[in-house]
Amino acid sequence: MRQGKYPFVIGFLIAPLALYAMFVLRPIAAAVQVSMTNWSGLSPNFDFVGLENFQKLIDDDKVWLAAKHHVFLLVTLPVITIALALFFAFLLNMGGGTRGGTMTGVWGSKFYRVVFFLPQVLAVVIVGVIFGRVYAPDGSGILNRFLELFGVDAVQWMADWGLWSILGVLVWQAVGFYVVLFAAGMSSIPAEIYEAAVMDGANRITIFFRVTIPLLMETVKVAWVYLGILAMDAFALVMVLSIDEGGPDGATTVLPVQIYKSGIRESDYGYASALGVALAVFTIIFAVLSLRGGKRDAVEH
Amino acid sequence: MVTKSENRRSFGVLNKLSHVALAVWAILIIYPLIFTFLAAFKNNTEIFIGNPFALPSEWDFGSFGRAWTEANVGQYFINSLVVVFFSTLGTMVLGAMAAYVLARYDFIGNRVIYFLFVAGLAFPVYLALTPLYIVVQELGLLGTHTGLILVYIAYSLPFTVFFLAAFFKTLPNAVAEAAMIDGASHTRLFFTVMMPMAKPGLISITIFNIIGQWNQYVLPVSLLPGGAEGQEKWLLTQGIASISTAAGYQADWPALFAALSIAIIPMIIVYTIFQRQIQSGLTAGAVK
Repeated sequence: MRQGKYPFVIGFLIAPLALYAMFVLRPIAAAVQVSMTNWSGLSPNFDFVGLENFQKLIDDDKVWLAAKHHVFLLVTLPVITIALALFFAFLLNMGGGTRGGTMTGVWGSKFYRVVFFLPQVLAVVIVGVIFGRVYAPDGSGILNRFLELFGVDAVQWMADWGLWSILGVLVWQAVGFYVVLFAAGMSSIPAEIYEAAVMDGANRITIFFRVTIPLLMETVKVAWVYLGILAMDAFALVMVLSIDEGGPDGATTVLPVQIYKSGIRESDYGYASALGVALAVFTIIFAVLSLRGGKRDAVEH
Repeated sequence: MVTKSENRRSFGVLNKLSHVALAVWAILIIYPLIFTFLAAFKNNTEIFIGNPFALPSEWDFGSFGRAWTEANVGQYFINSLVVVFFSTLGTMVLGAMAAYVLARYDFIGNRVIYFLFVAGLAFPVYLALTPLYIVVQELGLLGTHTGLILVYIAYSLPFTVFFLAAFFKTLPNAVAEAAMIDGASHTRLFFTVMMPMAKPGLISITIFNIIGQWNQYVLPVSLLPGGAEGQEKWLLTQGIASISTAAGYQADWPALFAALSIAIIPMIIVYTIFQRQIQSGLTAGAVK
């Protein structure tokens, strides 16, 4: 049987590997190379310019704004989403109080779980367009019409609160996913642990903070990394929702939008690739830091 | 006794508060979707000046027709179906083949190739966006569905290989050995024995890929440029994004909402039917 192994292995690997090398590995390698040239795409000639593009990047105000926005999203998106998701997952799993010593979910928890998860299957762009109506600045915006009921004046959502509005959509779409994830984690916590806590007279709030959350720490860390990666993206929402694709005046711009604009629209391949390298470095540093933090805590746990 | 009943009362209040919190979030999720659906039947005046919480005065289905034909949503929808069908199929076949040999065969370079695939998970698609555009252009595939399908497959491989390799590793050896003794070839073993055994994993990751590829935006918007001819090739996501910016000028808002409804309603129906599988398919990556 050993005879036939290598032809088989090669036969099975050649097509996926070729495709992967062609469209993923080669462009990634090229991105690093092109980032050190002044290739504009229009001419076949280009020069090696070393780190000039990276110098330009450091001097580019839009890049610093984008970086600032990523840091903002990197903090707010995971914190708000995880807090809401933990809260809802707890209510769904244990909000019904104790019945015969075991914790039960609130009435209708199945329905809620289905509804909460729903935004996850919708395309981000479509969600963005829908929220365009929610955030419409005049009296026609759903949110403004709702505020009007309480006598609050119309808010210029995308002009004055652009990044917060985009954060709102990200949270809206993400929470359900983590509710399902955390709920699954919670239901795998042995019932005896809860029974013991109830016997000791702990109420639900104590149980939530003292039992559930510590036991879910691993899942929460996974959630943190996923949401962090989401915070590095936001491309589709900024493109369809914000004023002037990242405006007004860069107030909502993110690195992927800058990459798309300078690379695909303006054919400034060298500079766009430098931005891509910066985003990748940023993402990888974040992932390594969170995974390393996760590991150390796991040992203590 | 007093403490016990007080305790119970606080439970009651808590219960009500939990219901309120859950119901509010459910409304926040559902309401924008219902608004979208209802607005497809309204006219511009009703959408902008009318009560956003009201039903349409007339149930006018005309907007759906206009969206489907005049705004090309029908074409975009079919394009999306075709691209996602072939790209998911290709991803699953190629991903399963690669994952299988990497998980179950010892050969020189196995670890290196596996690492190359998994490393792809760490890089955002935006890093290589510009060079990818050039590669696709050089191959003459810019503005074609074939090009987009190949790119979708390539970018779906890292996660698919990572997930399925872990899955193939857990399959028992005994069945494979028995089949080999019976004289099955490596290829037959894979297709007739291992693939059926891996069905749960394959279903999860298929769902994951279908939804991920259906919702893709940056790749089609970069690789299927517009123009008179190019626009016919557009996918649903980029088509709707483009209609949404045009809707303001053409002032046909009902058609935009009809287009949005056409895009979301099939997803909602499919999700309602397969919600269990979809939830576990999408969360599979995070649980690993």
